[in-house]
Amino acid sequence: MLLIECPYCGERPEPEFAYGGQAHIARPPHPAAASIEEWTSYLYYRDNTRGVHAERWRHTRGCGRFFNALRDTTTDRFLATYRAGERPPPSPGGRS
Amino acid sequence: MTPFSALSLLRQGLSGQRGWKPQWRSPEPKSAYDAIIVGGGGHGLGTAYYLAREHRLTNIAVLEKGWIGGGNTGRNTTVIRSNYLFAESAALYDHALKMWEGLSQALNYNTMFSQRGVLMLAHSVHDAQVAQRHVHANRAAGVDNEWLTPREAQAFCPPLKIDDIRYPVLGAALQRRGGTARHDAVAWGYARGADALGVDIIENCEVTGIRLDPQGAVVSVDTTRGPIRTQRLGVVAAGHTSVIMKMAGVALPLESYPLQALVSEPVKPVFPCVAMSNTIHAYISQSDKGELVIGAGTDAYTSYTQRGALQIPSHALEAICELFPIFRRLRMLRNWGGIVDLSPDRSPIIGKTPVPGLYVNCGWGTGGFKATPGSAHLFAWTMAHDEPHPINAPFTLERFRDGTLIDESAAAAVAH
Repeated sequence: MLLIECPYCGERPEPEFAYGGQAHIARPPHPAAASIEEWTSYLYYRDNTRGVHAERWRHTRGCGRFFNALRDTTTDRFLATYRAGERPPPSPGGRS
Repeated sequence: MTPFSALSLLRQGLSGQRGWKPQWRSPEPKSAYDAIIVGGGGHGLGTAYYLAREHRLTNIAVLEKGWIGGGNTGRNTTVIRSNYLFAESAALYDHALKMWEGLSQALNYNTMFSQRGVLMLAHSVHDAQVAQRHVHANRAAGVDNEWLTPREAQAFCPPLKIDDIRYPVLGAALQRRGGTARHDAVAWGYARGADALGVDIIENCEVTGIRLDPQGAVVSVDTTRGPIRTQRLGVVAAGHTSVIMKMAGVALPLESYPLQALVSEPVKPVFPCVAMSNTIHAYISQSDKGELVIGAGTDAYTSYTQRGALQIPSHALEAICELFPIFRRLRMLRNWGGIVDLSPDRSPIIGKTPVPGLYVNCGWGTGGFKATPGSAHLFAWTMAHDEPHPINAPFTLERFRDGTLIDESAAAAVAH
């Protein structure tokens, strides 16, 4: 079980959280003008990173807020969590 | 290769079992092959076997970064069925099921395929409606599936408790041709068969790069045992497929998640079939060794660690104890995880890629074992003809762009 640090509430056990997939995926800014490849990528393609992965979590059974995290998918160790809207902190030694 | 027979078993038995030879060679990699398969699980070894046996390609290598069958082939719960909702899926999985029925004979290797029946339980009106829709869709597609009342389900699977539980059993769909097989034997049987046809099975050989020519076609792979030239490369690397394909600049709509399973201490034969419950999420069968083999769900997050969180198998065990109270005092022996590659519609991707000479067979997610012979057979056909076989033609990478999804994610037997 993961121990996850909510940026608002502190460390809590994983069952309090819901996973939200890869972070920082922007919807095409002009949907009607986006190409079919851009839509396909936005809807279906994810980096599936082996290494440091920026991802969304939601503290569903706590404050209810979304936040982002950097986690190494080869160890499941969290490197950082940060609030939605913030830029990810630098991750030394990460590989992808 | 010395074929197994009653006579060979008797002869070895009388001579103290000392005359057995290794079932396949451990060759050094050559500098070039006509075709290379990345991934030495059942699907990859089978692909090499069918390329050699049915398509007359014999200069083939299978590259495996660990030992063969040590990935998801050795980590799954060995359930085999073909009762998928959509006609494309039913055709794909039933192609595999028909091959399972003759596989031990074809390979001269006992895969211990046992058609003991797969029972899928319904616990709500919605479950019952969905299961009956599956039954009708399957029968229209020529795949056996039938609806049982709760009493009939209990008669088929006596340990099952159907009432006085939180989610009473309202009925069940039964595919009698479904069942289980010995997962290791599938890898070993294909390895032995492929090796006998001249395929080089190279273990402890991790692919670290894929090189393309100026026109963008595959020319070689870099490995931990040196570079190897090939113009035909098939990637069947399950949870690591997207990592390998990135080396050729090909992105895939996959995410890799841990999927956990566990087995109990062995007990006398007590459980006659495979039983699955979508609603309370558990599935269970009994191996020939006597262990109860129990499947849990995927973990919440993507990972490459081959382990997951304890609350996931705990949840599955709560469901098992509710449905099968006789197992409440059983102890669990082992618990492990495998990394499964989930596609957005939970259907596999089997076919060509934008890179000439590069083929991919992935996205089997939580249910690839059952498809092993069919998947290998169709992927070999696709690599040999440079175009998909009619059965795997709908399972292209382009379906996500074109919107022609085969959306088993909403129709799955067990929630992914």
